[in-house]
Order: sequence, then structure tokens, then C-alpha cells
Amino acid sequence: MGSGAGDLAIELVGISKSFGPVQANRDIDLAVHRGTIHGIVGENGAGKSTLMSILYGFYQADSGEIRVNGKPTRIPDSLAAIRAGIGMVHQHFMLVEPFTVLENVVLGAEDGALLRPSLAKARAELKRLEREYELDVSPDAVVGELSVGLQQRVEILKALYRECDILILDEPTGVLTPAEADHLFRILEHLKSEGKTIILITHKLREIMAVTDAVSVMRRGEMVKTLTTSETSPAEIAELMVGRRVLLRVEKAPAVPGPAMLDVEGLRLVDEQGVERLRGIGLTLRAGEILGVAGVAGNGQSELLEVLAGVRPATSGSVRLKGAPLDLSRSTNAGDRREAGIAHIPEDRHRRGLVMAFDEWENSCLGYQGEARFRGPALTLDRTAIRDHAREAIERFDIRPASCDLKTANFSGGNQQKIVIAREMERDPDVLLVGQPTRGVDIGAIEFIHRQIVALRDRGKAILLVSVELDEIRALADRIIVMFDGRISGERLAAETDERELGLLMAGIDLVEHAQTASN
Amino acid sequence: MDLETILQLAGASLRLATPLLLACLAGLYSERAGIFDIGLEGKMLAAAFAAGAVAAVTGSAWIGLLAGIAASVCLALIHGLASITLKGNQLISGVAINFLASGLTALIGQNWFGMGGQTPQLQASQRFLGISWPFVDRLASVPLLGPLYRHVISGHNLLVYGALAAVPLTWWVLYRTRFGLRLRAVGENPAAVDTAGVSVVRLRYGAVVIAGVLCGLAGAYLSTAMAAGFNREMTAGKGFIALAALIFAKWRPWPALGACLLFGALEAIGIRYQAITIPGVGVVPVQLMQALPYILTVVILAGFVGKAIPPRAGGRPYVKER
Repeated sequence: MGSGAGDLAIELVGISKSFGPVQANRDIDLAVHRGTIHGIVGENGAGKSTLMSILYGFYQADSGEIRVNGKPTRIPDSLAAIRAGIGMVHQHFMLVEPFTVLENVVLGAEDGALLRPSLAKARAELKRLEREYELDVSPDAVVGELSVGLQQRVEILKALYRECDILILDEPTGVLTPAEADHLFRILEHLKSEGKTIILITHKLREIMAVTDAVSVMRRGEMVKTLTTSETSPAEIAELMVGRRVLLRVEKAPAVPGPAMLDVEGLRLVDEQGVERLRGIGLTLRAGEILGVAGVAGNGQSELLEVLAGVRPATSGSVRLKGAPLDLSRSTNAGDRREAGIAHIPEDRHRRGLVMAFDEWENSCLGYQGEARFRGPALTLDRTAIRDHAREAIERFDIRPASCDLKTANFSGGNQQKIVIAREMERDPDVLLVGQPTRGVDIGAIEFIHRQIVALRDRGKAILLVSVELDEIRALADRIIVMFDGRISGERLAAETDERELGLLMAGIDLVEHAQTASN
Repeated sequence: MDLETILQLAGASLRLATPLLLACLAGLYSERAGIFDIGLEGKMLAAAFAAGAVAAVTGSAWIGLLAGIAASVCLALIHGLASITLKGNQLISGVAINFLASGLTALIGQNWFGMGGQTPQLQASQRFLGISWPFVDRLASVPLLGPLYRHVISGHNLLVYGALAAVPLTWWVLYRTRFGLRLRAVGENPAAVDTAGVSVVRLRYGAVVIAGVLCGLAGAYLSTAMAAGFNREMTAGKGFIALAALIFAKWRPWPALGACLLFGALEAIGIRYQAITIPGVGVVPVQLMQALPYILTVVILAGFVGKAIPPRAGGRPYVKER
């Protein structure tokens, strides 16, 4: 790697950006050397994509400065970014699907008012680029009919056609097969050898270690540290990503595990893009225990939760609740699960847990509104009964402000979460699936929510806790499984492991390969 | 039915299809850019009124035409402001424009002319009249070619020929120019256009204004070419029929011509044959004949003619994610 400011392709100084109350980027500094592959890692929501969208002119920073090749540059829109030699391959491709490859490449980079000369020039240029970078894709193919791997090539070709010197790739391998990913990395190496600068956003540590020269770690909208890849390890990066936070302490007695409540075997999920998100998950959840699912976000935890909760169907595998098999096909839904005794506190309360425009009392019975106790005459709801019930929940779960007539959006994050938790715990489910219970929740509420979860366990219920907060997992769980790349990469008893070991497992490295006694 | 009648019908179809075709192409530009335009009707109506009123006052069909276009473009800009700049609901904006045009034309018409919402009868010199092509009479005796030349090719006004010329022109703009490529792209995936460094807002306003100009021509045609003055609600749903034709044509220019000619032909038949006797069934009432274009509209809009896939980003304002 070079040294000195003259070698910097990109320099970001003090970049901040907020969306309403959410601070997506806070005072970010970043220096990227010319002719290198620079990785940016961080969990989902760490602010990586926002930062790169600012660099590409898709968003405008609230404050801070961008320097391209040492020159302070204003990038108010994508055109300015393209002129500054920056190209970007977005996570969600920016392609016009009914258009041909050629048309997509030319769009926005035409040479004149008439198309024909532009298309002819692009066709020749594409042929050259294809030969040079093994980016073969037929120029006349309709983009919507191409595989995602080929669509990505079109995106790269678009950037190269615009003669970019700096190429940003946002989670490029999320939708690729391993072979396609390897091919992509070969292309990136080739581009680097020609002196181009590449910024690679990812949350996969394997890729970082394999192809980057330097890596910057982001966490919660802040830049934590920039490391030289050859001098660091996956464990160190994982630790920086997750962060060392003040250890939370939750008063709890040792667990007294009872009989198995939930038996999961060979659970697989292939998503709409054909990517395998769950690759054969097997676990047993017992009554009276909290099973923590740890892992860097995006390794299949969310999908596991959604399949168990009946939000999405599984591709194959079986799940038994107290010995009785559950329907995992498309014909099932979350309501059936609730009926069977599985409650679900979703990871994203805004999208899945609450209707933000509803009053509190309406959300307090959502999903259970069909129950006899909430029903009035004919097809109506018994508003009095629901509101009485809501007031009781407000009292018991200390939801503030204590008004069931307030719009849900007007509650703080912590109190919104309490509304969901009150609703789901209230019926004493046999199994409680909990996703990120304290994301965006203030300290006081975190403690309260943790105590509620432990109390439910002590009543002999089974709890599956998914959280990207390692501290939370360690504080709450009795047993911990770690997920990596759609598989369980390890299982430990909470009392017998430490942060370092879990961090390695989260990076897909199991140092202790001895068989942990699967508690069955 | 003899050849002469068929050719006369064909000519009438062409004249009746013209306002539909102009409005249909207007919708095509707008919707291809991702802005649904349910307000074709309102824009036509406003243009018809403005053209009729101004032609009557100034005595010039041409100034009337310009006034019609201006009125229509004004409404188009309101639609653009609501749906592009303010990112509002395009259907509601379109409906509002229809109501606005319907109310304002009647109100202003009554206030200015006091004729129950009509504009004064236009003299021949204040209208667009049919142009007889040379040698019509001399060719009259040539079999087939003579009547064809007289009834179908010759004898229409300028706007009819203009509308027909607009079809290949639209095709060429859409598929052979940079503007067309970007226009089609912005209706499919505005984010792709934005990240390619092209302004989504400017493109969409461009499309909406073109739609305004074409609706202006369609409206002016109604009051200064087809009729001799403006009547209340004289568009009579033609904007919606044009919309149906657009869907029928799957948002493509040449099929749009075909669909509009079909509607024009149905209308021409309905006008010419007040009662048709079908052997074994009896007399088909005149009302049914006149309702034919509207019935076909319902059939098309109900999706009986195959799946029509609209531009993917149609109807949705462009908001960057988050």
C-alpha cells in the first residue's frame, strides 16, 4: 500500500447523515488508497450502504467533505459522481428489466439525441470490455431474463463503460453462487491490477480476508477502525463489528430444562432468488430454557425465526411442537402458529409487529382480535373489552404514556416494543420466539424486557432468542447456538463460553471441533 | 352494403378516431414515463372549451388551437406538480382534473357567453375544414381507387392527418431517440435512470407536457373541427375510451392506432345505422349501437383481451429509498 495523501482515491471527512430521528452516519472519516480493494464491513444497519450512497450522490450528506483524488468534490447527484470517475453496483440492481443489455449500458451515457450511433459505439466497446475482463454477456439479451449473476455483470459493465476509476460494490455476493462470487473476485483483482480502486461493502468476513487490502469496520453509523487486512484476523474484525459493550447483567437462577417443546430437523430454506438461506438447521428447544441464537446479521437467523413463526414457508425439513409435526408449507400462517401455542415477537416491530397508525388499544389485540373475549355481537369487536385489556397490559408492562388511545407511532421505541411483548407474552405461550427484543430500545426498557423474558422462562416456557447483540445473548441465554452462512456453526452452554470463542464461531471458525453433547 | 358505403364508413371512422388517437398517444407518453393519466378527459374538455371560445372571439381556428393547447398544458402541469413534485396520488390528481375541467368549462362558458355553457356557433372560416386533395373529381370514375381516394384519403382536415402522422413519429421518438430510451426507462425503473445520472423529475415533466399538447390538439379538434363550437361535456368519455385503447394497445404506438380505429369504426357504425336488423334476432335498438364503444371499453378494462402489463413504475411517485 502506498502512503501520503497523494495516493488517496477517496477521502471522506466528517460525513454525517440522518434520516429523521435515525442517525445513519455519524462523523465518518475514511481514506481509500488508489489501486487497492478496500472492504467496508459492518452489520446490517451499520450505515455502510448509506455512506456509499452519499459517495455516489444518491443521498446528500448533512455535513462533511468528500475528496476524490485529493480534490474536494461536491457530489449532489449521481451525474456528478460519474463525472468524478465513481461507479457503483448497487445491492438492488439499478437495471431496466425489459431493456436489452446494450440499452441498459447506454442509458444516461448516450452520445447524442439519436440512439443508433450510441448503440453501435457501445456494442463495440462492450465487446472489448468483455474480452478484457471475461465479462461475457450477450448485448442483445433482455436483462430481465438474465440470471442475477449476469445482471450483476451488466451493472459492472455499465460502470466500466462510463470509464470509472473507482468502483463501489454494495453486498455484491449476497445473491451469487460461490462459483459466481469467485469469478467476481477474479474480475475485481483484474481491475485492481489496472490501477482501479475498488470499495467492497459486505458483511462476510471470508470475502474481506480473501480479496481486500484494507478493511474499515462500521458499527451503528460510526467508523470504528480501519485495518490492514494482512495484519488482522476474522476474530478481530468480528469483535469490532459486534463491539464490546458494557456487559448486561440479568438476575436469573440456573435453568431447569424440562421436556423438549420444539424439535427442528434438517430445516432448509431457498429464497426467491434461489439462494439457500437455511442449510439444514437442527435444534431442540426445551421447556424452561432460553436458547440464544447468535451470529452476525444476515447469516440465516431472521429466516429461521420467520419459518418457525409461520411467516414464510420452509423448503424442506421438519418442526415438531411437543411431538406433533407443524405444517411448514405455504398454506400455513402465523395465526395457526399462535393458535398452536407459538408466540412471536418479530425482529422488526414497525414492519411486522405493529400498525403504526393504529391506536395503542388496537395494536394490543392485533392477531388475537378473533378470540371470543374480544368479540362483540355479530361481526363486531367488543371495544370495551379490548380497551380494558389494553389498560391492564399498560399497567402490567409499565407502558408509557399510560394511554391506550394514543397513536402507536407516538410511543418511544422501547414502549412500542413493550406493547408487542405484552401482547405476545400475555397468553402464556408454550414457545416464545423473540427477535432482537431490545433493538432501538432505551436502557431502562431493556432491563424490563429482559426481566420479563426470564420470568416467562421461570414459568416453564421455552424461549428462542435471536439477537445480533452478543451481550444480550450472553446475558439471557442458557444455551447458545451460533449461526454462520445458514448453518449452525457451534453450540455452547452460556456458562462455559466467552466472547472470543463466540466471535470466532460467528466468523465461521470452530476451534473446538469436539462434539458438544446435543442435549438429547 | 356497397363499396361506396364501406369507404364512407372508413372515412368517418378515421375522423371519429382522431381525437381518440391524439388522447391515446398523450396517455402513452405520460404513462410510459410512469405517470398514470386518468385526466385525459379533463384536459381534452378544457382544450375543447378554450379552443371553441377563443376561435369564436378571435375568429381564428389557429389561435383557438393554441389556446386549447395552452389550457390543456396548464392542467397537465397541475397533474405534474401533484404527482411528480409533490409525490401525490396520480389517480386522485387525475380525477380532480376531470372534475375541475367539467365544472370550470360550464361555469366560465355560462359567464362569458350566457348560452348555457355553450360557445357561439363557429363560422366555416373559424374552423378546421376538410381539405380536398387534387384530382378528386378527375379520379372519381376510376373504379375502387376513385372512391377510396375521395372518401378515405382526401377530404379530412389538417388535424386528422396530424394525428395519423403522430403515430410513426411517436414510434420513432420512443425507440430511436435518446429521449425515448430515457422515457421508457423512467417508467420502468426510475432509480436506474437516477443512478445513471439523468433527472427523473425533468423527464417526467417532459412527458406530462407532451401529453398536455396532444390532449390540447384532441380537444381543439372536437370543438373547432368535428363540431362548430363547444358543448357542455362534449368529450363524452372519449378520454376514458382513449385510456382503454391505450391498455388494449399495451402502451405501443402502432397498436394504439389500431385500437383507436376500432373504436372509431364502432362509433361510425353506431351513427350511420340507427337500427340494424339481424336475421332471426330482430331489430337491434339504436341505443345498443351507440353504446358499442363504451361496452368495448368495459370489456377491455375488465381484462378480457389478455394481460396488459403496464410500465412497472407507473402510478408510483419516485422517492429514493427510506
